[in-house]
Formats: sequence, C-alpha cells, structure tokens
Amino acid sequence: MNNNAQPPVCCDTPGRSLSERIGRDLPRRYRAEKRFRRLGLTAIVVALSFLVFLFGSIIGSGYSAFRQTYVELAVTFDESAFTSENLAAADFPGLVKQSLRTMFPEVEGRAALKNLYRIVSPSAAYTLQDMVAENPKLIGTTQRIWVLADDDVDMLIKGQISGAGEEANRRLKDDQLAWITTLRDQGRIETRFNTTFFTAGDSREPEQAGIRGAVMGSFYSLLITLLLSFPIGVMAAIYLEEFAPDNILTNVIEVNINNLAAVPSIIFGLLGLAIFINFFGMPRSTPVVGGLVLTLMTLPVIIIASRAALKSVPPSIREAALGIGASKMQTVIHHVLPLALPGMLTGTIIGMARALGDTAPLLMIGMIAFIVDIPSGFTDPATALPVQIFLWADSPERAFTEKTSAAIMILLAFLIAMNATAVFLRKKFEIKW
Amino acid sequence: MMVPACHPIATTHFQTANRGISTMFMKLTSGPAGSTRQSTMEGTGFADSRQQEAGAVAQRQTVGESFVADPRMTARDVAVYYGDKCAIRSISIDVGCNEVLAMIGPSGCGKSTFLRCLNRMNDTVPGCRVTGEIRLDGEDIYAPSVDVVPLRARVGMVFQKPNPFPKSIFDNVAYGPKIHGLTRTKAELEEIVETSLSKAGLWEEVKDRLQEPGTGLSGGQQQRLCIARAIAVSPEVILMDEPCSALDPIATARIEDLIAELRLQYSIVIVTHAMQQASRVSQRTAYFHLGDLIEVGPTERVFTNPRHRLTEDYITGRFG
Repeated sequence: MNNNAQPPVCCDTPGRSLSERIGRDLPRRYRAEKRFRRLGLTAIVVALSFLVFLFGSIIGSGYSAFRQTYVELAVTFDESAFTSENLAAADFPGLVKQSLRTMFPEVEGRAALKNLYRIVSPSAAYTLQDMVAENPKLIGTTQRIWVLADDDVDMLIKGQISGAGEEANRRLKDDQLAWITTLRDQGRIETRFNTTFFTAGDSREPEQAGIRGAVMGSFYSLLITLLLSFPIGVMAAIYLEEFAPDNILTNVIEVNINNLAAVPSIIFGLLGLAIFINFFGMPRSTPVVGGLVLTLMTLPVIIIASRAALKSVPPSIREAALGIGASKMQTVIHHVLPLALPGMLTGTIIGMARALGDTAPLLMIGMIAFIVDIPSGFTDPATALPVQIFLWADSPERAFTEKTSAAIMILLAFLIAMNATAVFLRKKFEIKW
Repeated sequence: MMVPACHPIATTHFQTANRGISTMFMKLTSGPAGSTRQSTMEGTGFADSRQQEAGAVAQRQTVGESFVADPRMTARDVAVYYGDKCAIRSISIDVGCNEVLAMIGPSGCGKSTFLRCLNRMNDTVPGCRVTGEIRLDGEDIYAPSVDVVPLRARVGMVFQKPNPFPKSIFDNVAYGPKIHGLTRTKAELEEIVETSLSKAGLWEEVKDRLQEPGTGLSGGQQQRLCIARAIAVSPEVILMDEPCSALDPIATARIEDLIAELRLQYSIVIVTHAMQQASRVSQRTAYFHLGDLIEVGPTERVFTNPRHRLTEDYITGRFG
C-alpha cells in the first residue's frame, strides 16, 4: 500500500546509530530507577521501624499485666465470726486482717497494722466470702488461701517500682518491704496468670480491674453496627450503582456520602446524643445507642467500598446475563453480587475495625461512665474497649499503666483478627476468570 | 495533508458531509496513506466509469437489496444517538429467516451499535437514544408494551470477548432455561444442556467435566460455550458481535462451521472485521461506513461486484 513512501528517517543527528543514542542515555535511566527503588525501600524501612517501635513499647510495658501477684494467707474461719444466719454478713475483712496479724504477731500500733493490711488486695475478703458461700463446711477450719496482692506489692514484685529512695516518697514503706521480703522467703508470694484481667469488669483497684466489661460492651455495640450497617450499606450501594437514574439527586447523594465518610467521628457522637438519647429517649451509656452511632459512622465507608466493588465487576458479565434475558435484578443478584461480595465484605470489616477503635462518638453518648458490671444485653450500661483504654490511661495508679498497654494489645489483637478475616473472606469468595 | 480539490468525488464528499464526518474522513486520508490513496485512485481511473454514482456517494444512500421477501426482523430508518452524537443514521434492512447476515465495515462505523439495537442491549447504555422502527416477526420491539426480558430470550447475543459466567459449564448453559422457567424437571434441564452443547459442538469435549468452571476452558471453547448458552433458550435470532476476533484460526474455523449449521434453525446476524469470514459464512452482506448503511446484497455479489465505490474501496483493502 505504501509503495511510494520513503524509508523512515529517524535520526536528527546523522552518523549516530540508534543503539549509541540510547546507550548514552541508558546509565541515567538505570540510575533513576535505582534511586527510586532505594527511596521506596527506605520508606518501607521507616514505616516498619515505627511499627516495631509502637508494638515494642506497647508489648514491653503491657506484657506484665498478664501475670498477677498472689499472697498465701493461712485463714482461720473462726466459728465465732459466723454467728448470723446470713453467711455474707460475716466480717470477712476481719478474717483477712486476723490472718495477717497471726503471720506477723510482732506488728503493733494502728499505723503499722494499717500498712500490714495494705499488703493484700481488698478483694481478698470477697475471695473468702465466695469460698464460704460455695462450701460452708470450711467454717471452723484453717485454710491456706492464695489471695490477690495489693497493686503496689504487685508492682514491686514485677520490678515496676523499686524499694529504693526516700521512704516518704514511696508507695511502699520500709516495714512493708520487710514483710514482703519475709513472705517471699517463705514462698508465700508468687505470680500467676492473670485470669482476673479477662473475667472482671472495671475497678478502681488495678489488681481487680478486668477488660471483660469493655469487651462485651464493644461486642454488643459492634453486633448492632454490623446487623444494621451491612445490609443497609450494601442495599444502598446496589441501588445507587445499579438501579438509580443518573440525575442531579443521585449526584448530590453521592457527594454527600463521600463527605459523610470524612466527617470527624465526634460529630456522629453529637448527632447520636441529640437524636437517639434526647429525641427518642433511649438509655444513656448503652451498647444499643453506641451501635447506632457507630452504624451512622460506618455506613458511608461500607457504601463507598461496596460501590467500588460493584463497579469493578466486569461489564461483560452484566452483558452476558442481560443478553440471555435475565432481568436487571437477576443480573445483579445472580452474577454481579457474588463477584462483588468479597470487596463488600472487606469494606465492611475495615469499617467495623474502624468502629471498634473509635472512642470519640462513644464519649458523647455516655459510654465513658465508670461501669463495674459486665453488660449482659444491649440496654445495659457499658463501656467499650477504646474508651476503657482511655479511662485507664487517665488513672493515677501505677499499675494501670501496664493494664492500659495490655488493653491496647487486646484491641490490636481484635483488629488484626478482623483484618485477617477480611483477607480470608476475600480469598475464599474471590472467583477467578 | 489535504485531499486535492481537483478530485470530483472527494470534493462532493467534503461539501455535503457534515462536519463531524469530514473531520473523521480527514483523519483517514491524512498522512502517507492519503497520498497513496490519491495516487491509486488516479491510477485506476475509475472516476470516469463511476462518475454517475458521485451523487449517491454524497448522499450515502443504501444501494443493493436491503429487503427480503420473508423477513424475520425488519429495521426501518433506524438511527442511534449517544447524547448529541449521532452514531448511525437511517438504517433500513431486513434479516431473513435461516440466513446469515454479515455486517462489515471499518471500526467505528456503527455496525455493533446497530446489532445491539436488535435486542435492545443499547438500553443499558446511558444517554443512548434509538429512533426508527425495528420489528421482530412483525412486532415493534421498541413499543412501550414490549418487555425486553422475553425479547432478549428471543434474540440471543454472543459477544466479542468470550464471557462465560464464573460458574460451572453446566450452570452456564442451564442459566437461561432456569430463569425463564423453560424446564420443569432436572432431566429436562439436563437434556437442554446436552442438546445445546451438542449444537455448539462442545458436548464431546466437556461432557465429562460439566461441573468444572466454564472459565477454565480455552478461548474457542469458551466462545462455543457462550453460543451454547445463547441457544439454550431457543432464540429465533442470534446476534454475534465479532465472535471470532479473540480466537485463533483453528477455533475460528470451528465457530464458522458451527454458524453454518446453526443457520438451518436460526437467523444469524454477525458483525465481523474479517471479510473472508463474512464471505465464508454469510448469505447476505451489509457494508457500513461512518454510521451509514452503504450497500446490502448477496454476499457473493457484494464481494465480487460491489456497486458502491466505498464498498469496493473497503473490500479491496484501500482503507479500513
């Protein structure tokens, strides 16, 4: 066809071959590539080192919270203490104090005795009460019982505080240190795995404080969030992406959904306070309100992720289904949705992970209250994991520092588990073609 | 590079054609190819013998035999607009019973657009507007009362790129009959799947692995699976949009054999870029050019003795 066309003339500087021209430039191109790769690698190393530092400092200060110091007492359940029919009315703190006095008979004076009693946790009395309630035959006998040590003793045993320095500036006085040394030498102090941390609710006493109340509060809130935001978000995304006419209204909706995803979460908290609590009169500090607020916050994220997932389904699949006479809905349900589902699930779980870690909206609806009881339903007052971390970080006791870090570890573990689930679900439902 | 004003046909063309077309035409004729084209035109000296057709070229009226005695589908004055842009203009053509109608033409000439009008697949394109009248067995398919779902079951479609569902081979073929409720028992469904796959020439290759994913087949097998899927709902017309463009010559030959067999039961409209393919498989050929239907006629006549200069230019490879 091009029978009279000239052979191509490409060189503006004749006498130089193409490979020479390229070769002259080649080292520069390779240098640029090397530079770029090195920059990328540096970025990764910097990011990773930050991550390692973060995890290292949290785990380093938090791992000790998973062990707890116990003290062995020889408690005599004197029959004279159980005069009343009601076993719970007995003076259990008195029994604890008495056993301590028996152990250290040389201690005298009100101040010294007070220091002595402080070696064990106030919860020791409840431990005894529970034992007697479970087995009344204990009355009249002497038992060797391991009870929780006080948080200061716990800190000393774990090496978080030292016995050195001016006595007045120390939490543990010289006589207490001596008693602890004695108990230690007798083998009456040991550290065990801290089950309290996983089974108890919040407490003012660090040794009795646990994460379970917060975990359950977060669980109920997130359950509400998931049950509401996943179906609503997916439905909204399907309608907007597949069925909605392309007009100004849908454009406005789309812009606003994108804006909502970027709204600071505390605004959603204020909204929840105004609507759910003040207007609808729902109870304060409850997972149901928390879940609703987190739903508002998560919905835009899920809608955006689901729309992106729907958009990424190749149009050839839609055409194939429409081409053999599937209705619009059949096309979406039978073919588009299964292909978009992994992306939707990923978006949902990432949204849920964000909701799990969010504190600000929960502060506004009162889930920051100090709640000891473990919530057993959606309308029980509760707190949530991140709020619990916030509360503990605010507490003055030295022992709450490690509890804070431990709670952060639990939160991170949940987040990692959720993200791993997202990856797993995506891999499982991903259909290759 | 401008086309020289001394050339009568080119001049008329430029004066009458609308602006959008003239710019497109300039793209075609600019550059080295344009100069070659000019020289070959003058070399053959065809301007003398075809001078009388210059007017027809300018108006781009369809020449040849657009209509058949016993049509399955009829299109009259069909025009398609994407927004303000006019994609095809005033197309009138019949699709006969048990024939293969091939539609050829350069890229962007509107043949696929017209094909997609025949089963209203253009409805899914936002901003697309179809005017004119298309009838299937005498019934206007763009009438408000017509439901596209049964229409698309009657007018099946095979796409350019094989697009099996990411499901098993069996489910791919069974999907159409299932959603349309064509079968009552599982045995009936299995029979439909088997006959469809047999008609598509795929049964022998896949009968032992019906539960394997359809996407695991080779390209040619996938395309035959798509044909089986289309014929499983017993359509009257099958539209094929460049069904072999993604396939190798052997797979292409199989599909062409298949088309020849399918013609005995169905009407087939096929869009193709390969003119040899059109000449091999079709009984009638329609040539499209920049949104106009230029020429329609029996395939043999169109390829051996085209009446329109644009058709001749295209099939002899002068442009396109």
